[in-house]
Amino acid sequence: MTDTVLPGNALPDNVAIVIVSHSPEVARGAADMVREMVGDEVRVAHCGGNPAGGLGTDVAAILAAIEAVYTPKGVAILVDLGGAETNSEMAVEMLPEDIRANVAICNAPIVEGAVMAATEAAGGSSLVEVRATAEEFRS
Amino acid sequence: MSGGDAAVGQARIDDPTGLHARPAVKLTKLAKGFAAAVEIRAGADGAWVNAKSPNAVMKLKAGHGQTLHVRADGDDAAAAVAALVALVKRNFDG
Repeated sequence: MTDTVLPGNALPDNVAIVIVSHSPEVARGAADMVREMVGDEVRVAHCGGNPAGGLGTDVAAILAAIEAVYTPKGVAILVDLGGAETNSEMAVEMLPEDIRANVAICNAPIVEGAVMAATEAAGGSSLVEVRATAEEFRS
Repeated sequence: MSGGDAAVGQARIDDPTGLHARPAVKLTKLAKGFAAAVEIRAGADGAWVNAKSPNAVMKLKAGHGQTLHVRADGDDAAAAVAALVALVKRNFDG
């Protein structure tokens, strides 16, 4: 399941965020937090759950989420556990090479990392900076 | 910070929860809109931190009643300080 929000004033010049959780509710909730706390200048896509409707992640849904918000400025992916990361890596590997270079999976807690990454992205920062901010997060 | 146009300001944090997550994000986003280097500290004894760093601002954990000090250095330093002070004074509304 993929859900994407493309608000009118979202700038393609800002790094976009993709949230991948085993749970569609967690993914949606994390995306809601980003939109409420950071605003809509940053495009956010989220996906969660396996194709059968249970807990899990789905490579095709992750791929669709990345493609939905893709910008050459970059896409930062936040994941929760195990399969979310490996399936996200598979999805990234399926992207054309020139696009793949602009997509990064962040080693950060999914909710906090998404909010921090989006806050950094809202100021027009590069994907390297956005990823670093997400990964530096310590409560 | 030295040289160029420098500005300073301060405002008291009225929010009962202090500089919590949403205000921290708002302050960071606002600071990022200025070219000047912008720093803040909680109280006169606090360490100055980069107001454009989401992690630094989130970690500041400035409490209710504390004074947030703002300083900026650069072409739009005065505007940056005025904007951040105004944000704190309106209790991070809007």
